Amino acid sequence: MSSTIDTLHRMADQIARNFQHMGVESAVEATADHINMFWDPRMKDAIFANREGLTPIARAAIDELAAGIEPEHQTRATVFNAVDEVGHVDAG
Amino acid sequence: MGYERQADFGTPEATSDEPVTLTIDGREVTVPAGTSVMRAAAESGGSIPKLCATDNLKAYGSCRMCLVEIEGARGTPASCTTPATPGMVVHTQTPRLQKLRRGVMELYISDHPLDCLTCSANNDCELQEEAANVGLRDVRYGYEGTSHLGLPTDTSNPYFQFDPSKCIVCSRCVRACAEVQGTFALTIDGRGFASMVSASQASDNFLSSECVSCGACVQACPTATLQEKAVKDVGLPERSVVTTCAYCGVGCTFRAEMRGEQLVRMVPYKDGKANRGHSCVKGRFAWGYANHKDRITSPMIRDSIDQPWREVSWDEALSFAANKLNGIKQQYGARALGGITSSRCTNEETFLVQKLVRGGFGSNNVDTCARVCHSPTGYGLKTTFGTSAGTQDFDSVMDTDVVLLIGANPTDGHPVFASRMKRRLREGAKLIVIDPRRIDLVRSPHIEAAHHLPLQPGTNVAVLTAMAHVIVTEGLANDQFIRERCEVDEYEDWASFVSDVKHSPEFLEEVTRVPAQDLREAARLYATGGNAAIYYGLGVTEHSQGSSTVMAIANLAMVTGNIGRPGVGVNPLRGQNNVQGACDMGSFPHELSGYRHISDVETRALFEKDWGVALDPEPGLRINNMLDAAVDGSFRAIYIQGEDILQSDPNTQHVAAGLSAMDCVIVHDLFLNETANYAHVFLPGSTFLEKNGTFTNAERRIQPVRKVMEPANGYEDWEVTQLLANALGLNWTYTHPSEIMDEIARLTPSFAGVSWERLCAEDSLQWPVNEEYPDGSPIMHQDRFVRGKGKFVVTEYVPTDEKTGPRFPLLLTTGRILSQYNVGAQTRRTANTVWHAEDVLEMHPTDAENRGLNDGDWTKLASRTGETTLRVRVTDRVAPGVVYTTFHHPATQANVVTTDYSDWATNCPEYKVTAVQVMPSNGPSEWQEEYSDLSERSRRIEGEEMEPAE
Repeated sequence: MSSTIDTLHRMADQIARNFQHMGVESAVEATADHINMFWDPRMKDAIFANREGLTPIARAAIDELAAGIEPEHQTRATVFNAVDEVGHVDAG
Repeated sequence: MGYERQADFGTPEATSDEPVTLTIDGREVTVPAGTSVMRAAAESGGSIPKLCATDNLKAYGSCRMCLVEIEGARGTPASCTTPATPGMVVHTQTPRLQKLRRGVMELYISDHPLDCLTCSANNDCELQEEAANVGLRDVRYGYEGTSHLGLPTDTSNPYFQFDPSKCIVCSRCVRACAEVQGTFALTIDGRGFASMVSASQASDNFLSSECVSCGACVQACPTATLQEKAVKDVGLPERSVVTTCAYCGVGCTFRAEMRGEQLVRMVPYKDGKANRGHSCVKGRFAWGYANHKDRITSPMIRDSIDQPWREVSWDEALSFAANKLNGIKQQYGARALGGITSSRCTNEETFLVQKLVRGGFGSNNVDTCARVCHSPTGYGLKTTFGTSAGTQDFDSVMDTDVVLLIGANPTDGHPVFASRMKRRLREGAKLIVIDPRRIDLVRSPHIEAAHHLPLQPGTNVAVLTAMAHVIVTEGLANDQFIRERCEVDEYEDWASFVSDVKHSPEFLEEVTRVPAQDLREAARLYATGGNAAIYYGLGVTEHSQGSSTVMAIANLAMVTGNIGRPGVGVNPLRGQNNVQGACDMGSFPHELSGYRHISDVETRALFEKDWGVALDPEPGLRINNMLDAAVDGSFRAIYIQGEDILQSDPNTQHVAAGLSAMDCVIVHDLFLNETANYAHVFLPGSTFLEKNGTFTNAERRIQPVRKVMEPANGYEDWEVTQLLANALGLNWTYTHPSEIMDEIARLTPSFAGVSWERLCAEDSLQWPVNEEYPDGSPIMHQDRFVRGKGKFVVTEYVPTDEKTGPRFPLLLTTGRILSQYNVGAQTRRTANTVWHAEDVLEMHPTDAENRGLNDGDWTKLASRTGETTLRVRVTDRVAPGVVYTTFHHPATQANVVTTDYSDWATNCPEYKVTAVQVMPSNGPSEWQEEYSDLSERSRRIEGEEMEPAE
């Protein structure tokens, strides 16, 4: 695998690991949701094409995204302000 | 405006709500209870002579110039120490008082040089002014006796001098150092006639003393005793402009005091709401970089980084850049282009750069340096509170009873706020420090932390969860707050999680290395000590669990009810001057200004209509991913405004590989920084003194930046971005940043009520500023969290993948020092280098002895990523097994050794944990030698004789 694929795997696995405490089902959704909202399309495409070796939660999340399934938001971090809303502020 | 000294009411403002009415010189005056007679007179337009009094210091009553007569009172009391009382009748100008004051002045002048005409403070000297006010015409004592007139001047400090022959021993400098700055470096040495101001010990001069060069003493001095050298060299200022400092996230406001087009001095603005009239060595003095010989003021281009730079016209440089960008876009598509906005530039400039990337380049590949500092703050506080900005204003600390400081070193990183915090600690607030290093606040004059928890780097989450364990299991949770303000079901899940014995301080002690009993006591103090506020910095965020740590901090604040009122809260101390603003302005690849996701159709439509372009609906690349994509060939061009990613970002060799792989790197900066070694286009930038716009500080305070001199490069930075946009055919027509702010306000709900005109009239506004909060919002979450209920988040401790082992047995953590700023591009080009000429490696004596290292030895610092060399400083400030350095100097390139590991949620790099080995060295590393050669070659300019890099 190229260095970039290694990096993407590390990122996805790390996200999954930090959601693991939610239970498998929610962790898969949260991982998919996170990647969906924060990753550039070429990163998603690259990991869709290189899924072997991912940890189980990350793998399930990538499978879900690759299948075109829109994940439900699991954390407030992926719920953004509406067009006329002041509410959320984030620096991420 | 023309030059006039800032108003001085003699004693501090009283804060009582109770009014007191008295009569002064026949005028009825009403003031708050606790106001001094001196201040009451000044506020009503009168003037009582004074020398030892100034309104940012407590009344002292020593100079005897401010004597007054009070009907019914005996004698002639000092007006500075006499509080106004109801019905008091005061006379400030009587023949008796005039005689007394003249007699006192006569004594002062008998031991003061009469060189007013040649004195650098001529016409700006309170002693001179008061001598005139009291009508001094003669000194009966003569000048022949013993005096202090022959004492030598101390010129050791690079920015100001101390001339004791002009000192009247009013103690204003000593008191300013103590009360305002909190360093206690000055004292009055000797007694009676021998009394004189002394810096630290008698053997010290100002440079060798504990003085931190904040300038408070210089500002306080009523004579020319302590004065800026620039005033001596240039002369007194003749006009002043209030503007905002471009260093850290405190956002101090200053009066830039000018003589013609020349800046004479920066004097802290007494009405500044962030700094309250105080300053640090950087903002006060370190502005000389603006005129440094390294500054580049002409555009330059080259086809390849192997070639020397070629100075060209603006038209040629912009056309060259536009052709390259257009060619790359045509061949590889819009997503091959991107940009980095600057947290050192204004909101308006940042907004334009992201607009250029999204609307001009056609991609969302825009990011900012918050990626490498506070991005986890955004993620963590948004998840828990619904908003990421600091919850308080700086004034809030004065109502705090317990300060919990974690992963921050404010006396170095945010010194002006640190002085306010120290003032509160001296008043009796308790301090808990969680930091691997013994930072200065652990023990400094008149301050001692109640608890210092010197944790193992990388274990923040474990320590904070253990504190939560103590609070929950010992029944210290604020049940009422949780019930009313938070999601109760989530709280119960979280409480069950933290209550598990495996999260107890005792169980985790092996991991955290924090004695369990200390941790328990610290947790109890935080939960029960009154108003408790958490302040944190990059020691929290720059970890693989940075976002989790921020959420763990938010959990602690919620479980104890320390949110939503003065004195409490969660306070991220922002690194650069406009980090908050850069985030607000839509600098992140997934969102537009006002934190609205790029995938939202309505939000995109709003911008598309206003900008007249279609926007990409997909998130763009983060900085680190841009570099990966560059190495892979899918990312080919970048426009970088005011950031030096080669020096500031982790794993320098990977950054270099990414930049080297690009076809077009456009650097827009003041200097040929390290990143410019890999650039093809250099667009010269302007300093904060040369532009108009706004910065937003760590309190969400938007403040005006005002141009005090013309840009040396010919254009303000927003104009340069506009020129580049127009070279790409965008037809932008802004004529002043106020028009850009109008666009921001039009498109950004939290800025709806902001305008340049309003900011200039009101000095500052804390967003949100809109219909609901027309005058801004100093403290957030007062009645409810932004998104309703507070959310407790389970923060499972996940150790970093960066492990120590036999090859790399030590943990390196990095940080900054008071006199230098970030990559040092500005401060290295000032006299601040006298305090920090090179980065050094702090190492515990045991570790040094094991390696045969002595203080000052050259060492090789090696990690799995790379190696560099630097000198070692042996100190027990760091624990055994931990080493520490700064990243201010490119010759060291500390980031050669840091790794690609990053925060799981935001990719904020894990600067604070790198496994390293340290060994004796007798020369630079291979990387340093190669980089030095490259740097020298890359900085060549056609037609100019080659000079060393710095």
